[in-house]
Amino acid sequence: MGEITLVEAVRLALARAMEEDPHVIVLGEDVGADGGVFRATEGLLQRFGNMRVRDTPLSESAIAGVCVGLAAQGFRPVGEIQFMGFIYPAVDQIVSHASRLRNRTRGRLACPMVLRAPYGGGIHAPEHHSESTEAIFAHVPGLKVVIPSSPSRAYGLLLAAIRDPDPVVFLEPKRIYRAFKEDFADDGSALDLGRCFTLREGDDLTYVTWGAMIMETLAAADDLAEDGIRAEVIDVATLKPLDADTILRSVDKTGRLVIVHEAPLTGGFGAEISARVAEGALASLLAPVRRVTGYDTVMPLPKMEHHYMPSKVRILKAARETMEYA
Amino acid sequence: MVLTRTFDEKAVALQRTGRLGTYASSLGQEAVAIGVASAMRPEDVLLPSFREQGAQIWRGVALKEALLYWGGDERGSAFKEQKEDFPVCVPVGTQFPHAAGVAAAFQSRNEKRVAVAVGGDGATSKGDFYEALNVAGAWKLPAVFIINNNQWAISVPRSAQTAAETLAQKAIAAGMPGAQVDGNDVIAVRDAASRAIERARDGGGPSLVEAVSYRLSDHTTADDARRYRDEKEVSAHWKEDPVARLRTYLVSQNAWSKSDEETLIGECVQAVGAAVDEYLSAGVANVGDIFDYLYARCPPDLAHQRDEAVAFARESDDG
Ligand SMILES: Cc1ncc(C[n+]2csc(CCOP(=O)(O)OP(=O)(O)O)c2C)c(N)n1
Ligand SMILES: [Mg+2]
Repeated sequence: MGEITLVEAVRLALARAMEEDPHVIVLGEDVGADGGVFRATEGLLQRFGNMRVRDTPLSESAIAGVCVGLAAQGFRPVGEIQFMGFIYPAVDQIVSHASRLRNRTRGRLACPMVLRAPYGGGIHAPEHHSESTEAIFAHVPGLKVVIPSSPSRAYGLLLAAIRDPDPVVFLEPKRIYRAFKEDFADDGSALDLGRCFTLREGDDLTYVTWGAMIMETLAAADDLAEDGIRAEVIDVATLKPLDADTILRSVDKTGRLVIVHEAPLTGGFGAEISARVAEGALASLLAPVRRVTGYDTVMPLPKMEHHYMPSKVRILKAARETMEYA
Repeated sequence: MVLTRTFDEKAVALQRTGRLGTYASSLGQEAVAIGVASAMRPEDVLLPSFREQGAQIWRGVALKEALLYWGGDERGSAFKEQKEDFPVCVPVGTQFPHAAGVAAAFQSRNEKRVAVAVGGDGATSKGDFYEALNVAGAWKLPAVFIINNNQWAISVPRSAQTAAETLAQKAIAAGMPGAQVDGNDVIAVRDAASRAIERARDGGGPSLVEAVSYRLSDHTTADDARRYRDEKEVSAHWKEDPVARLRTYLVSQNAWSKSDEETLIGECVQAVGAAVDEYLSAGVANVGDIFDYLYARCPPDLAHQRDEAVAFARESDDG
């Protein structure tokens, strides 16, 4: 009996980490009495008090910069950016400081912080509330970028991110915050960062995806299975550092690769995966690599959003075309 | 003000019945929007936040356009009448630097026009806010920064937002005047805004006006303020309802009668109702629209994607 949603898993992981380690503190806009606009921090203020659960002024640059200072002092701050679309004021702090502090002090100071942000479209949210710009962060040396795609992975990966000695941008696919439930023990066990998860095994084709798009991708894999095509489905989970081995091994086996992501095509993280495969598994490929992604457009407002979001139909079509190569 | 309130009520009702997206009502803050907008000249430029629909409507944004935008349709920002005002600004505080830029354009062209940006109390915590004030002060730009201090930024009360005693005093560091005004008194808001705007128009430089009001509604339709705010506080602030205050004043001056009131409400309900009908029958745009306005000309590389999207939409009978 699945009991725990993805957003509840986030909350359980935060509470668990705070319980275990007094250095873990949560800060962000509306994370206190309101419990976060998605309720990811609900109850934490009551449980841990206002020195460890801090409502910040409306200042994303301050949220990230304060995390850098706290982290340098040995705290394990978990900053919440209310929506990924509002992370940009914090980018200077993330790119110019969080990601570099360890390197530029040759390890004297470190930055074990996590910045959480709900991301992605498909929930009919207002302007600037639906983008997927994970590739921007994956491009930055010194950062880790993690995207869970199920409640249990959200729990295990967030714990890992908080315990990790380096800065992690943790992006939560809000479309599946409450889409399905899972059962798992709230026992503090973390999952490994830097590892892909093979959600389904298959020999005929490899689907690689992350975040909420695992829903459409798994559904497409179901349809393919009805036609006797067995698709392997890989959830990348940690974009950086990338577990290229798992992907290359799968492509060596299947010879066909379809990458699915919600973010725009050009410079999307699918391009990196495609390049890795071109470099490391070209000889295994039986068909050109395909990407099914958002278009290179501004994320449309809700009325047109469905045109943008990669649909099961598009994901299926790419797979079938890939299968046509002998 | 009554039109704004009627519009807000209808918009919230549409959202509740699934016919509009998330919506931020301006209930209780109508005097800020109208006081400011009525102090502007048509040739000035407004740079609103997401809660200044009253000012937008005053300045010629059609009710139907406002509904389209909040209904999730970009056509709602393609204002037919209003040519130069900026669209709604969602990333908090990012409109303030634009106002400095618009004002710099007026200054460069020696035009006697003013850029007026409006934002919330929370927005005064943003770097963009300080940076905009600073450049406007340094360049003596014809810009006016209005703060709709509704005393809440979602769940964060004004007292937790900043230790500054007033938001108006944030002007001092930027070398410009800052005034605090009763934001529930439309006459006072208009007076303070007019002084600031006319000063800027006459080459006197920028200024900041903090209008102290109150957010009587939830933050948006996606919010439930009972989680963090005492209902008693809200009821107490209803006593300052700016619409009731203006009505009381006008009645005391023998300038307003029951039948005036009825006529006005009737007209507002009628206008909003007509706009809702237009909005609901506006249909949806073509899928190509998501590509066609990205650049002045659609680059060939993007045109391929456009073709694909159009084909998919046609296949799914959705173009
Ligand atoms: C940069 C940024 N951060 C966060 C948000 C989410 N958000 C939307 S409105 C809001 C509070 C705004 O408070 P205030 O400036 O006082 O304006 P009000 O909503 O009270 O009118 C927040 C945090 C946002 N839109 N932009
Ligand atoms: Mg406010």
